Order: sequence, then structure tokens, then C-alpha cells
Amino acid sequence: MKGVYPILKRELRSYFASPLAYVILVVFQLVSAMFFFLNLKGFLHLQFDPSYQLLREELNLNTVIIIPYFDTMSIVLLFIIPLITMRLLADERKSHTAELLFTSPIKLRSIILGKYLAALILLIIMLCLSSLNIVVLMAHGNPDLGVVLSSYLGLLLLGASFLAIGIFASSLSSSQLVAAVIAFGILLLLWLVGASSDTESSIFGYISLISHFKNFGKGIIELKDLAYYLSVIYIGLFLTHTALDSERWR
Amino acid sequence: MNPSWQKGYSTKSVYLQTPFHQGIGYVNLRINAAMIQVQNVSKHYGELVAVDNISFQLEKGDVLGFLGPNGAGKTTTMRIITGYMPPTKGSVYISDIDVFEDPQAAKSHIGYLPENPPLYEDMVVREYLDFVADIKQVPNREKNGRIHYVMEKCGIVNVGKRIIGHLSKGYKQRVGIAQALINDPEVLVLDEPTSGLDPMQIIEIRELIKGLSGERTVILSTHILPEVTMICSKVVIINKGKIVLEESLERLTNKIDGIENILLKTRYWGEEIQEKIISLPNVSDIRLGLSNELIIEPKKGVDIREDLTDLVMQNGWGLLEMRPVVHNLEEVFLRAISTEGN
Ligand SMILES: Nc1ncnc2c1ncn2[C@@H]1O[C@H](COP(=O)(O)OP(=O)(O)O)[C@@H](O)[C@H]1O
Ligand SMILES: [Mg+2]
Repeated sequence: MKGVYPILKRELRSYFASPLAYVILVVFQLVSAMFFFLNLKGFLHLQFDPSYQLLREELNLNTVIIIPYFDTMSIVLLFIIPLITMRLLADERKSHTAELLFTSPIKLRSIILGKYLAALILLIIMLCLSSLNIVVLMAHGNPDLGVVLSSYLGLLLLGASFLAIGIFASSLSSSQLVAAVIAFGILLLLWLVGASSDTESSIFGYISLISHFKNFGKGIIELKDLAYYLSVIYIGLFLTHTALDSERWR
Repeated sequence: MNPSWQKGYSTKSVYLQTPFHQGIGYVNLRINAAMIQVQNVSKHYGELVAVDNISFQLEKGDVLGFLGPNGAGKTTTMRIITGYMPPTKGSVYISDIDVFEDPQAAKSHIGYLPENPPLYEDMVVREYLDFVADIKQVPNREKNGRIHYVMEKCGIVNVGKRIIGHLSKGYKQRVGIAQALINDPEVLVLDEPTSGLDPMQIIEIRELIKGLSGERTVILSTHILPEVTMICSKVVIINKGKIVLEESLERLTNKIDGIENILLKTRYWGEEIQEKIISLPNVSDIRLGLSNELIIEPKKGVDIREDLTDLVMQNGWGLLEMRPVVHNLEEVFLRAISTEGN
């Protein structure tokens, strides 16, 4: 695993050397804050509704604010992750630096891992910043911390899976735009597959990226969901390795 | 390391295995080992045979001019040598390490400047070299020294803090060469290092490359012929994926000298001159030059100048000019790539 760190370091530096990382962080933060406060506003309005008292049990901070908030965040990630991953490998081809990387004495898997981890760090920074919204809420009420934490874990795993699919898409093209479109296409497909089948037991329900997120949103961490996301990540990285290797073996 | 005798192929190497500091292990002493061995390498891109059964070997200190027209397969061969991609057939050994069996070990002996310098345009020069030193696994304590050395050597100290994307093409090429040198490689592979530069930059880069040879084994591809005579000690000419000529520059020059043609101009002009000259015992061919002078090709290694003078004198043709026509590399090159297939 020698070589992971220099790749990671360069990749992170490169993210923050361009406006892209800042734009992504700011946009994500604004969008998440906006959705968050829309939910909050809805909740506050609700409290003045006469019928609220009757549904008090079901309509609390968690069901009205937290759960919809994380659902929205998962969709926002679907749009943002392809922008994070698009340049990872496509750009190496475009700038001919692929030849430098692939003739250096580090293994292909270290190169892929370094790049993946850099993107993962950016994702973690993004999620940490968005947690400010929750902190605001905690100052004024008492949300279920268990739900919040498991939702964050779910969001992280979901995002990490998106990243693995995104880096694979980036290995297929030398154009960032094409890489982003491919990533978005795959993600949307894997998303919709779940939306079209409501039974979790069906095969489509199983391969769907979103169906495994639902439990995390309810505060339930199940091994099968963890295993699912970790497998997606592994498969994404494995396919990336295969794509880069086979291109040169042709 | 996989010493060659264990693998059953032959090299010029002689191995002595000696116990060294008892208990520590064995040390291989190599004498005159080939630094680079390319053995029956072919590369197919689908139907296209880009490289067709190429073999050559280079000793330590050799500077090979890898010559050929565009599309000859130079870049492909170099990519195979540097381990960027595997050959369809054949194998490559760097310092007796099989590039595709132990790529990590082999690659650490190589510095490579691809056809397009592999630069991150958004990085600062020094930062970039630091990164390359890291991925080439230059030990931390040597890193700063190496970076300083290659920057000095390549004349880029004054642009160390500049963003690579803002540099001129010549400077970018220098940074490209600097990156290839960062791990102090024994083997340096440079793919058309002077292409796309202006004449002044070309001269500078050639000087730089000349200064790099010596201990290192260098492969330099080019389609510019004089470059080879200026820099290289050995030439391989490749056309359509095949080697059409492989020679040391010294031998090549001798060979050219050996078949040196003679240019002859006389006052008198007539058909019978050609007939009489061709009937001289040591003349193998005669043809008309561009301005009606005669170009006479003697049999290999024979000096026919005296015979010719005598003939001209006896017949009273009036000798105006007689001199050897120096074959240049260009002629050899053109001949080599045009007789391909014979
Ligand atoms: N990646 C590739 N895929 C298909 N054909 C290729 C590829 N790279 C090179 N070629 C073809 O192989 C031949 C040799 O190319 P190359 O090695 O680049 O030659 P040179 O460097 O001598 O100009 C050319 O006909 C080229 O079109
Ligand atoms: Mg080329």
C-alpha cells in the first residue's frame, strides 16, 4: 500500500487548488441548510395547527424534520458526487499523467485507493459541515441522537458507494463531462430500480442503492445494509481496476 | 531480481555469486550485463501490428537513437519497455528484471519522459517534483537533495515556484525531463524529447540530454536524423513495427565510409564515358547526379580514385572535379526504410 498517501495528498491538494471543491462544499451546505430550514418551518407551522395535538405522537421533530432531511440529502448527493469523481481518472488521461502514474513503481490499486480516499475525505468534510444544521436544532429541541447518528452513517456509506461508482465512470473516459454523465446515469439507474419495486424482498429492491438507506433513517443499523454498501464500494473499485488494467492489455 | 541463468535465456552477463560478510547473504557481481534487453517483442492493436518481433539489447552507458517515421511503433515500444503496457508477445528485461513479472522492481530503475510530458498543470514545479519523488519512492532523506539536483541540472531552478500550466513549452519539457531523473534512474527513456520545440529550445534540450548520458543507459526516440549523430552511440531504425537497421554509430559511420561514392565531373561529355567507367574492375554502379555529374559507386571498401584519374587522363576527358560524396545518415535512413520488406 506504499504510494497511497502521496496520491491522496496530491488529489486533495488539487481539489482545493481549484474552485471546484469550494463550490461543491458551499452549494451542498446551502442546499442542505435550505431544505433543513424548510422542514423546520413546516414543523413550526404545524404546531399552530389545531389538529396537531391529535397527531403529536407521529409528528415530532424526528419524523417531520430529521427523516425527510436525510432523505433529501441522499438525493442531493446523487447530483453532487459525479462532480466530485469526474476528474479523478479522466483528467490523468487528458493531461497524459496516466503514463507517469502507471510507469511509477506503485501498484494500480494504491493509485485507485489514494484517489478514492481523497474523494471520501471531501465527502466527510461535506457531511461534517452539514451537521451544523443539526447542531442548531439541538440547541432548540431534542432530536433523537441515535437516529441522527445512524442517518449520518447511512449517508456516509451511501455517498461512499456513489464515489466508488463515480471513480469507475471516471476510468472509462478522458472527458470529465462524459465521466460525470456516465456516473450520474449509473447512479440514477440504481436509484430508480428501487423506486419501481416497493417490496424489499425483490431482487430490484436488493440491488437498489436507496432501499438500504431506509433502515439507517429509522435508526436501525443492520449488518446486511452495511454489507451491501461495502460490497458496492468494493465492486466499484474492482471494476475501476479492471477497466484501467484491461485498457492497456488490449 | 531474477538473474538470467535461472531463467534459461542467454545474456552476455557473467555472474559471480560470492558469500559476502558471512551470514548476511549473497551478492551478485555482474560484469558487462545488458541493462536493457528487448526480446522478440510484438504488440498488436486488434488487427494492427504496431510492433513486430523486435529485439535488441543495450549495455550500461549506451545511448540509443530510436529512429523511425511517424507511426513506426516507437512510442509503443517505449511504453512496453517502461512497463506502461504489456507486449502481446515477447519480454523486456531491465537490469535482468522482467518488467512484467516484477514491474515494481523494474520500474524503479527507469525514468520515462512520454511523448507528451506528464505534467499536472495546476501544480507548482517544486511541488510536482516532490510528488513524483514520492511516487517513485525516493527516500525522504534524499528527496530534497534530488529535487535540487534535477532542478539545477535541467535549468529550472528559477521557475521552481511557478505554476506548471503557465510555463513555456521548452520549460515544460525541462520539467518533464527533471521528473524522469528524480529517482536517479539507470535507464532513461525519452520519447521525442525535442518535438514541438523551437530551434533554440531544441539545441538547449539536446545539450541537456548529452549531459545526462554517461553512466546512464538512454533510449531516445526521434524522427530527426541529425539528432542521432549528435547525441547517440547506437542506432536502431524501425519502420512499420520492424527493425530495419541496428548498428553502433561508429560502425554505421564506417559502413557509410566503406561504400563512399565518388563524384566525377569532366569537361568532355559522351555516352562512352559511362560505359568505360562501368567496365573498370572495381566499379559496381554508376548513375547521373543532379547536375549531370557522375556518381560512381565502387565495390565495397575499394578506393577507385586512382583508377578513375588514370582513365580520365588516358582518354583526355578533362578532369574538372572528383571528390567522395559523403553519405549522410539521411540517405542510410531513407534506404533502410525503403528497402524494408526485401
Ligand atoms: N492505443 C492505440 N490503439 C490503437 N492503435 C494504436 C494505439 N497507439 C498507437 N497505435 C498505432 O500503432 C502504430 C504505431 O504507433 P506509435 O507507436 O505511436 O508510433 P510512433 O511513436 O513511431 O509514431 C500507429 O499505426 C498507431 O496508429
Ligand atoms: Mg510516437
